[in-house]
Amino acid sequence: MTPTAAPSTTPAAPPHGLSRAQLHEMYYYMRLTRALEERLVNLYRQTKVIGGLFRSLGQEADSVGSAYALDRTKGDFLSPLIRNLGSMLVQGARPLEILRQYMAKAESPTRGRELNIHYGDLERGFIGQISHLGDMVPVMAGVALSFKMRKQPRVGLVYVGDGAMSTGAFHEGINFAAVQRLPMVIVCENNGYSFSTPMRKQTAVRQLVDKAAAYGIPGERADGNNVLDVYGVTKPAVERARQGGGCTLIELVTYRRKGHAEHDNQSYQPKAEIAEWEAKDPIDRCIRDYTEAGWATAAELAEIDARVEALLDEAVAACEDEPMPEAMTALDGVLADPARAELEWYRRTDG
Amino acid sequence: MAEVTYLEAIRQGLQEEMRRDENVFILGEDVGAYGGAFKVTDGFLAEFGEQRVIDTPIAEAAIVGAAAGAAHMGLRPVAEMQFIDFISCAYDMLTNYVATARYRAGLPTPMVVRGPSGGYVRGGPFHSQNPEAAFLHTPGLKIVCPATARDAKGLIKSAIRDDDPVLYFEHKFLYRRIKEQLPEGEEILTPIGKARLAREGRDLTIITWSAMVYKALEAAERLEQEDGLQVEVLDLRTLMPMDDEAIMASVRKTNRVLIAHEDTRTGGVAGEITARINDQAFEWLDAPVKRVTAHDVPLPYAPTLEDFVLPQTDDLVRAARWLAAY
Repeated sequence: MTPTAAPSTTPAAPPHGLSRAQLHEMYYYMRLTRALEERLVNLYRQTKVIGGLFRSLGQEADSVGSAYALDRTKGDFLSPLIRNLGSMLVQGARPLEILRQYMAKAESPTRGRELNIHYGDLERGFIGQISHLGDMVPVMAGVALSFKMRKQPRVGLVYVGDGAMSTGAFHEGINFAAVQRLPMVIVCENNGYSFSTPMRKQTAVRQLVDKAAAYGIPGERADGNNVLDVYGVTKPAVERARQGGGCTLIELVTYRRKGHAEHDNQSYQPKAEIAEWEAKDPIDRCIRDYTEAGWATAAELAEIDARVEALLDEAVAACEDEPMPEAMTALDGVLADPARAELEWYRRTDG
Repeated sequence: MAEVTYLEAIRQGLQEEMRRDENVFILGEDVGAYGGAFKVTDGFLAEFGEQRVIDTPIAEAAIVGAAAGAAHMGLRPVAEMQFIDFISCAYDMLTNYVATARYRAGLPTPMVVRGPSGGYVRGGPFHSQNPEAAFLHTPGLKIVCPATARDAKGLIKSAIRDDDPVLYFEHKFLYRRIKEQLPEGEEILTPIGKARLAREGRDLTIITWSAMVYKALEAAERLEQEDGLQVEVLDLRTLMPMDDEAIMASVRKTNRVLIAHEDTRTGGVAGEITARINDQAFEWLDAPVKRVTAHDVPLPYAPTLEDFVLPQTDDLVRAARWLAAY
């Protein structure tokens, strides 16, 4: 889909029915994802991030392009994995919320209970993941089941990685969704590694998309570092699901250029392999494709970069000095009723 | 003698058993090339090869189930859960299959499932759990929770040699914080089912295990200095089979019991210990058995919340004073 011709005075229309403004928006979200993570790295080094930090460097296109294929005006849903910050931003997550999550602030969406991007919002249409991989597949099947039962033209999209696809929960969830012909898209972000384990030790199939056949559903595969290809492959799957055509498994081929988390030195990833994928950087590629095709000027993209940095300056400044949650709030909200868990006897001041 | 960390002690125990018995092998996520998420099996791939140090897919049910099958055939698998929080993904295999194997089918299942447990590390709800209560309730499983480097080594070795399935819960907070002199060349085999008297006292007993042992010892020290109380600390080391004899001996001696654990209160192991004391030593009590446990909530991430939810040394001191004054 990438035009190779030199830019002409009247640029070709962008692919997949996308407008110029939409192309710019996708670039904005990719840039925002990367820049936000760079801010988090700085905060991590200042020990302001309390737990681990997980990067999606080099994977921004697969997150943004796939989430962008959902229709927020129709109430579509997604559930991200740890490297889908970009998907969450597309779906309406705010950088300020992400910063607060990582820094365990009282005003964070989970009020300091959960880490990093583990949070959701039913209003905006995303459901927070847990650490146990594959678990969100059956959960999203349930979300999609509600759409089907209520005859709503809505779609659920769930992310898994090359590792999560080995779990029982993944298998049970996708099989259930396939049998029920649920309006669902399962996006596998294949970044080559689950923690240190390379794909060849994770599965004996050559391509993860081959697994679709085992569930009797269509499978698609695309270059995860080309945001327009990602959109191009996800959009038809989303619309097929919306029209009652059941679910699709999509494999997006990309690469994890940083370690599993910031503390991981990646000793098991060949340096040449990392360098090879650095040359395929999705943001660099997007800039090249857009400018060569005449869909954006360097000045327009620079303006977006500046907008992102300004937004992040403001977000970091707003929350850096915010307090952590009050201790007693730890007892709230385990159940709807009773709304507060019991204070242990040894903490009661009345003895 | 060499100074050995708790983590290094586990590694030594595994290594010694793998050298001693070729039936012992390791399987788990990232245990080979990476050496485990916490580097417990660092260097094992080079020494023992891919046949005996198996990097698995992310599939806890398969890891535990395959370990069981291999154990039936006479191998001695040690399955690692990358964080013990993921043992829940193998709950079906462990409780329905492994725990019942000998009873229902006469199948020997000599296997170990080990992994990093515990909080105080800002790990949030899915990297901090203490799952012992869920498995204590299931007949057919043994459970050990070492607190010292010596027991970390001695219990992993005993667990591997045991003819029953053993859950070995190691505490990640202790990995590099605990260091001990361990004799080189001595075979350390901590008996499964035997508690350890970590501190002698006559006024009150704190029964505990794992990382909480250190908070209990700190509290005992303070209570001696500030209140003149002689507090006994009993480190259970094994939760199943539980060392009733050691528990009752201490109850008969101090007549006041505080049970401390890091897991949540309701349905926790302290309840079981309390019931045993009621059954076997009620007449020796001068005060109700009291518990100091985590609050009954999922473990939150923010330091202010985690520190509040989990029991701290101050809580033990306060609870002990209450008991002593009863």
